[in-house]
Amino acid sequence: MKQNILPALRLTIFCMIFFMGIYTLVVLAAAQTLPDKGKGKVVIVNGQEKGWELIGQKFTDDKYFWSRPSAVDYNAAGAGGSNKGPSNPDYLQQVQGRIDSFLVHNPDVKKEEIPSDLVTASGSGLDPDISVQGAYVQVKRIAKARNLPVERVQELVKRYITKPLLSMFGTERVNVLQLNIELDGTK
Amino acid sequence: MNTEIAGIILIYALTAVLAIPLGRYIGKVYEGHRTWPDLIFDPIDRIFYRFSGIDAKKELDWKQSLFALLTINLVWFILSMIILMNMGKLPLNTDGNPSMTADLAFNTTVSFISNTNLQHYSGETGVSYLGQLTLMLFQFISAAAGMAACAVVFTAMKERTTEKLGNFYVYFVRSCTRILLPLSIVVAVFLLFRGTPMNFEGKAHYVSMQGDTVQVSRGPAAAMVAIKQLGTNGGGFFGPNSAHPLENPDYLSNIVENGCILLIPIAMVFALGYVLKRKRFAWMVFGVMTVGFVLLLLPAVTQEMHGNPAITKMGIAQPMGSMEGKEVRFGPAASAYWAITTTVTSNGSVNSMHDSLTPLSSMAAMLGMMVNAFYGGVGVGFLNFYIFIIIAVFISGLMVGRTPELLGKKIEAKEMKIAAIIALLHPLLILAGTALSSWLYAHNSAAYAGWLNNPGHHGFSEMLYEYTSSSANNGSGFEGLGDNTPFWNISCGIVMLLARFLPIIGPVAIAGILARKKYIPESAGTLKTDISTFGMMVFAVIAIVAALSFFPALTLGPIAEYFGMR
Repeated sequence: MKQNILPALRLTIFCMIFFMGIYTLVVLAAAQTLPDKGKGKVVIVNGQEKGWELIGQKFTDDKYFWSRPSAVDYNAAGAGGSNKGPSNPDYLQQVQGRIDSFLVHNPDVKKEEIPSDLVTASGSGLDPDISVQGAYVQVKRIAKARNLPVERVQELVKRYITKPLLSMFGTERVNVLQLNIELDGTK
Repeated sequence: MNTEIAGIILIYALTAVLAIPLGRYIGKVYEGHRTWPDLIFDPIDRIFYRFSGIDAKKELDWKQSLFALLTINLVWFILSMIILMNMGKLPLNTDGNPSMTADLAFNTTVSFISNTNLQHYSGETGVSYLGQLTLMLFQFISAAAGMAACAVVFTAMKERTTEKLGNFYVYFVRSCTRILLPLSIVVAVFLLFRGTPMNFEGKAHYVSMQGDTVQVSRGPAAAMVAIKQLGTNGGGFFGPNSAHPLENPDYLSNIVENGCILLIPIAMVFALGYVLKRKRFAWMVFGVMTVGFVLLLLPAVTQEMHGNPAITKMGIAQPMGSMEGKEVRFGPAASAYWAITTTVTSNGSVNSMHDSLTPLSSMAAMLGMMVNAFYGGVGVGFLNFYIFIIIAVFISGLMVGRTPELLGKKIEAKEMKIAAIIALLHPLLILAGTALSSWLYAHNSAAYAGWLNNPGHHGFSEMLYEYTSSSANNGSGFEGLGDNTPFWNISCGIVMLLARFLPIIGPVAIAGILARKKYIPESAGTLKTDISTFGMMVFAVIAIVAALSFFPALTLGPIAEYFGMR
């Protein structure tokens, strides 16, 4: 013990200098080469800040594409999921409530067309994406709310589909913020 | 082929392809053979040794190695308690987060020095940036301590008779500087370029398109995320870990982060092959681990992609699969793959919420932690596997009527006793903990109503999962559990402490005792340990121990939930 305690102390101090200090500074220095300097990517349209590129926003207005439900109401300073188990009766009732409310706002949509991502909460509560089907089922509502031709909105969704990586790996999805920014610019 | 399935095959293939050369490199690092990065690292390591007063040439026996390991961990424990209980007043606290209470600081300290990274706090509100950097320090050094213990066992397994098993401090420093540090820098910079923040600013805020003002937590995340993935740590910067879009921005970052989980655990197996010059033995170990991993992976991926049957009954579509607690950018296949990789190794980071997994997937995740040796944590994964090898050698020796020998060393009663104790410790800690908490809950459910986020069998699974994760030094959780209470903080802390150090002490002791014994050259009568028959034997031992220990508990939790939902 005695012959170990001093080396252990000194080694720990040196590790603090090296891994809390130098390593952090190296990564911090690398961050300075980025346009946002590692502070976070902000989306700016016509000089106006619209939000964070990676972080999903709450959209509940009929004229916008809705984001997924969030257990933390899109609070990016306290993110989290619902942690509801798949068999929890209260949870299942909540999902049923979301389905019913979706159908009220989207009277042209049949129940079997609603994809589950639109009525379940994401893991982070900040999911920036919805599934492709999740975007398409909202098209009619948005076209009506904005007085746009349905085809026009459909085309817009198609343009904003993010393909899987190299078209081969992963999921196909639609970034809600980008799509809604574009939607606001569409006449 | 389905692009989601193709994605997870790609992640595994990339990991395995990189792990083989990395394993050879790690073998060289521990053997002290020349590698090209020596030019940079030799001077750095010399500064480490000189500053710490370590004689790098002096070899230690197994007891001295263990004393070195335990002493340095004691220093870390004290350091961490001091910082976590005072960080509210210390510098680098831009967001003004509070210091931890004693029980939470105890839990967090044990959690991080034991390489568990169970988090009963949330990163955004529970720690200052100094706290985060301290925890990041432990992510390096606790991983390196496990790897160093593993290196001691590797050295002991060589064909010779000796007391001297290399220098623990040297293995430790080399694991830090030559393996974890360079890989972390590469991964951290990569994540930066995908969008993970790295700064010391306080919360940002923006006004959303619907006019809400939203605050955004940020900080030095990229540096921490890299090492938490690589060192099988798993302690995330943000509360939801790698499900958080800033911690894991897109599918590409997910490939890299998920690959990092398995990279060093697989590489350690090939490092063993290099150190012992027994490639076939390493392939046997790798084969058994991979079979176990795939057997857990398949049900998880199918179940998650199939969707939640209770939601199917509501008549909506589940084109992706079960989506509660998952992110659209990863999808159910990559989420299930992550869930299994993170639980078979002792990583414990998550990219989806495990509490919302469908029953059989959550059972696969729990089984991964209950076995805790399919790849396993960096260093300690092989130590757990080593215990199963010892038991398998002993049983096969008895079955065919030969003296049980492992790599030329006779296994006798003393080693077998240690192995049996270690093999039984893990089920004991898990089941005793779960039994105690269930008893408390059952007898006074009103007082403990805050514990469970879900009723019935799933609620039981939340408690079972918490102790399984603690005892496996995993750190993931069914996060619905209201676990920041003195009961959970202290009981899980004790479980983590015992489950970290005893399973290191046991294998190192066995290996040290075996190393002292006379080396018996291989003969026609030797039980071959590098063939698939022996591999099957090891697998059978693992499966039987897991099934006998855990089947009853799993029946009450995920299995009952599964049948209840059909």
